[in-house]
Amino acid sequence: MPPLSVVAFLLLATLTLGSAGIVAFSKNIIHSALALLGTFLGIAGLYITLSADFLAATQVLVYVGGTLTLILFAVMLTSRIEDMKVSNPQGGIGAAFGLIAVALLVLGKVATETNWPSEAKPAVPSTAKLGHAFLGEYLLPFEIGSVVLLAAMIGSVVLARRAVKRAWEKG
Amino acid sequence: MEIGLVHYLTVGAVLFGLGLFTVMTRKNAVGILLGVELILNAAALNFVAFEHFVAGGVSGQVFTVFIIVLAASEAAIALAIVLQVYRSYRSIMADRLTALRN
Repeated sequence: MPPLSVVAFLLLATLTLGSAGIVAFSKNIIHSALALLGTFLGIAGLYITLSADFLAATQVLVYVGGTLTLILFAVMLTSRIEDMKVSNPQGGIGAAFGLIAVALLVLGKVATETNWPSEAKPAVPSTAKLGHAFLGEYLLPFEIGSVVLLAAMIGSVVLARRAVKRAWEKG
Repeated sequence: MEIGLVHYLTVGAVLFGLGLFTVMTRKNAVGILLGVELILNAAALNFVAFEHFVAGGVSGQVFTVFIIVLAASEAAIALAIVLQVYRSYRSIMADRLTALRN
């Protein structure tokens, strides 16, 4: 019986990569979007095994609660659900496989030729340290990040609204 | 067997490969966006893994928080654009949006 951390890692990695496979290969865009849920949850679990507990909670709240809901809204609003044809067609599979083979070869070469530290480390909570980092060393990037979010929110509202014709405009 | 850095890097690399495949082969604009989310998650996972096993401190987690922030704003704006494209073309297949060609 392998130790529990190994079992947890293998289960989470299987969940993550299996769901990512469905995202990449499903013929139905709704199945792809829903499979993204499994990938996000698996990544959140992997964050916990890497002692990033705050990030795991953020991942679930922001990705699952926000981004995935947005994507599902977009899928439902832009595809005609009633016709049963393939809603997620693929093309250029040969070129894609070629590029991915090259990318994975380079990554594998780097990974095998570098001397990585291999010892396992215990998972310790890190939320307090993260909070101190955000209110100390990384205060300016943190504030700029909130400005970026505000700009994105205003921009998406402006982009997504229908054109309003006001009473004083001609034509 | 002990879970080390290489295992997390493998998960990140495979996730990146699947995301790249999705971005390159999908014709549905929302499908391309799903691939971008996979790639961003792979990068974030690598940041946290390197921080846990090599760097120490919390700088990797700080970068991952910024990745999550940028992914959220990117998704919101991209989906607003997709909605507008759908309103004017009645389709979001990326190979049919050729109004700017030539």
